[in-house]
Amino acid sequence: MMTRREFVRGGIAAFTFGFAAPEFLSDLARAQDTARRNLVVLYLSGGNDALSMIVPYNDPQYRERRPVLAIPAANVLQIGTDRASTALGLNPRLTGLKSIFDAGRLAFIQRTGYANSSRSHFQGTDIWSTANPQVPQGAGWLGRYLDTIPSPADPLVGWSTTRDVPRLLLADRVGVAAIPSVAGYALASPNPGVDAQFARQAATRIASHVPVDMPHLAFVNASAQQAFATLDRVAQVGFYRPAAAYPNNGFGQALQAVAGAMAAGVGTRVFFVQTGGYDTHAGQNTNQANGSYPQLMGTLNDGLLAFYTDLVRQGLFKDTMILQFSEFGRRINENASAGTDHGAASVMMVIGGDVRGGIYGTAANLAPTPDNPTLENNGNDIRYETDFRSVYARVIDNWLGGNSVQVLGGDFRAAAPPFV
Amino acid sequence: MAPRDVLIEHLLRRAGFGASPAVIEAYADMGYATALDALINYESIFDDVDTKIGRPGYVLITARAGFAPTTNITDARQRWLFRMVHTERPLQEKMALFWHNHFATAFGKIAGAVGATEATRTLAAKPSEDAAGVKGQLEVFREFATGNFRDLLIAMARDPAMLIWLDGRTNVKARPQENFARELMELFTMGVGTFPEADVYAGARVFTGWNLARVGGNGAAGSFVFNYNANQHDTTAKEFSFPIYRNGGRTIPSRAGAAGMQDGLDLIDAVASHPATGPRLARKLYAFFVNEVDPPDQALIADLARIYYASRFEIKPMLVRLFTADAFTSSASFYKRYSWPAEFVARALHEVGWAGFSVNDALTPMVTMGQQLFEPPDVAGWDLGPAWFTSGSMVARMNFAAQLATNQKFELRDQAKPVVKSPESLVSWAMDRLTAASFPSDGYNALLDYARAGANWTGSDTQLATKASGVAHLIAGSAHYQFV
Repeated sequence: MMTRREFVRGGIAAFTFGFAAPEFLSDLARAQDTARRNLVVLYLSGGNDALSMIVPYNDPQYRERRPVLAIPAANVLQIGTDRASTALGLNPRLTGLKSIFDAGRLAFIQRTGYANSSRSHFQGTDIWSTANPQVPQGAGWLGRYLDTIPSPADPLVGWSTTRDVPRLLLADRVGVAAIPSVAGYALASPNPGVDAQFARQAATRIASHVPVDMPHLAFVNASAQQAFATLDRVAQVGFYRPAAAYPNNGFGQALQAVAGAMAAGVGTRVFFVQTGGYDTHAGQNTNQANGSYPQLMGTLNDGLLAFYTDLVRQGLFKDTMILQFSEFGRRINENASAGTDHGAASVMMVIGGDVRGGIYGTAANLAPTPDNPTLENNGNDIRYETDFRSVYARVIDNWLGGNSVQVLGGDFRAAAPPFV
Repeated sequence: MAPRDVLIEHLLRRAGFGASPAVIEAYADMGYATALDALINYESIFDDVDTKIGRPGYVLITARAGFAPTTNITDARQRWLFRMVHTERPLQEKMALFWHNHFATAFGKIAGAVGATEATRTLAAKPSEDAAGVKGQLEVFREFATGNFRDLLIAMARDPAMLIWLDGRTNVKARPQENFARELMELFTMGVGTFPEADVYAGARVFTGWNLARVGGNGAAGSFVFNYNANQHDTTAKEFSFPIYRNGGRTIPSRAGAAGMQDGLDLIDAVASHPATGPRLARKLYAFFVNEVDPPDQALIADLARIYYASRFEIKPMLVRLFTADAFTSSASFYKRYSWPAEFVARALHEVGWAGFSVNDALTPMVTMGQQLFEPPDVAGWDLGPAWFTSGSMVARMNFAAQLATNQKFELRDQAKPVVKSPESLVSWAMDRLTAASFPSDGYNALLDYARAGANWTGSDTQLATKASGVAHLIAGSAHYQFV
């Protein structure tokens, strides 16, 4: 398998893209962003245990196969039944998401995945990022989308709130900014005043060098150029005053920065946010108040509720879509460590002002018989029902206004659930 | 100042973390072959670097309520950075970092399981300093730094930090835990795509009973130790898709619980011997030490793999081959490795200066650069190469250069004063001191224009302090400097 390192090296010659002059950027951003729509991709890293998030609480097999981890029916937040009449309830910590669901702006798409699901975190993440289960290499699906927007791209068109630019945002022609902290995204200098200005001018000039015979150097210079071209606009985001209180954790603060960027109109179309800890091999402890899975759900719920509340109050929710994924779901049977091992299909969530909320797809039949068509791996794992690429296709076509056939390299539109 | 020995500088950036001008000169005086011998055969060099912590003349550490690197993770990070700067066995420290990335184990999960103090002990304790003689994972990496890879795999399979990190401690016969077996094959040895899922399930059963025990109670005198729990070992036969034994046999036979630990040793020997492991390790070492920019020298990689198998998994002969290869010594490989944040920080401390600087003040910047020691992002380690570089991490690197240059302003002034007579000589002096790659003409002119900007050149103390720190900041914060 090609690693990200190898990919970027192979694709590095492409990093000779030029940045538009900063004074024109806001015009450019406006021109490219006529609809003002944005997409926030949310990655739950580690492989989310869908069965603990959207619970088939009346299924006796669920209880049978998870004697410790099954969440009692009395504790779940009931959200009705899917079209196969499986009664579903949200994890008890998801009270905020329940309210967004009740407002009709949250869609769950059950059993999303692909055939022969990878159980490797890294290969699985690459597959979800490239939308290519056969050859999960090269640019990411959203990077390829960014490559289709008019050139030159605004250097803030994509914003990763993580320290890395994730593969799903790696593009051939467009550089995505990695800004994990707005406050930290400011230049320091050993000397104050006018000498600091001289230093910034010199550093900008050094970084402007794009040696064609040294693409590795050109690439690092491009990262510096991108910083110089975006620092001043990002600084505005630091003045943002949210209309809701965000949790004081990495996830909450990342979402606050995203809301601030939207409110400041910096021109970003695609944001990436990640929250981790979902690789719950041990001590998942779904039924303990401070257990690891309840804590994951608490972080997720509290951050998303603040974000939703803030955006609604700022009048920005109508232009926003949040798309959540994870690299795989988890084994149906719990293990001896009160945890679950790597599985197959999981659940996706879509939240947004234009989203048709509800429950899409059907829950698995958890009976562990080898011929059960909703399971795989001898009845141990949940088999996918909705190809994740059809969800991406719907987002590209119906939200971003792109061309999913071109971006995904195939036509996945027919199977797409109509969540937007 | 003696003329630069660029090959020795290159060797010290790769086999170590760069070096101060005085140390570079000492190695240069030895000549390449002797210098290399001193770096590789470091066992004869007395290791007393930790005794220098807190003494004058060395980079500072920040002691809060006492300095406790065996029980406080922040202090463990400080001590490791101190060692990167001041060790007289730089290759050992460099390989320890390599193995830390290869067997990437993160403090956060372990602390969540057993608390921060115990987590620090399992990762960073030195036996001589620990009440129960705990040898932390980092000390295992140092012990096996250039040693036998199979033995290191066995040590990792029994390492308390690893047993917590990849859940081996809960691997029992009723419900085998797959985490360690999967990563043993996918990340530590053969690589993804070389085995089917069924091998993971069989591997998990192999390691059933490889658990953890607490001995000596819960206090400082107690410790976590590897415990083979024969009653929890799956005694049935395990079949694999690849040969386990030299006769080609693919099945680990059924063994009684008491003898069942041999299953794991057999599997580790098999994955170490697997035809994908040697080339994979060779590619990884090549990218780490030789060149990760240009197309790799496939003949050298094949030869490294051959040495790996011929020596029965010894790392040192691979390193000897690698550091004497034309692909390494050629100037075409100079500055062709994207520096890791730890390397960038340690090199900058060597080259810009450390007097009065505390490594504690590098810890937060390193988080922003994307590398917090003892906290790799996941079991695959850090994303290397260009993946270190984003707009955000580049701001962090530029700002660390500014922070350090600010701190060293008066040291730089005093060192520049005897030799610097003009803006031109200031730039040349700083380029030499920072073992910098040559800048293209426009970049060089940008440095020079910066040195000239403002008041006319007088060479006054004030002007030297400003411009020497300013030029050091610009060089260390440039893209050129991000390569080692």
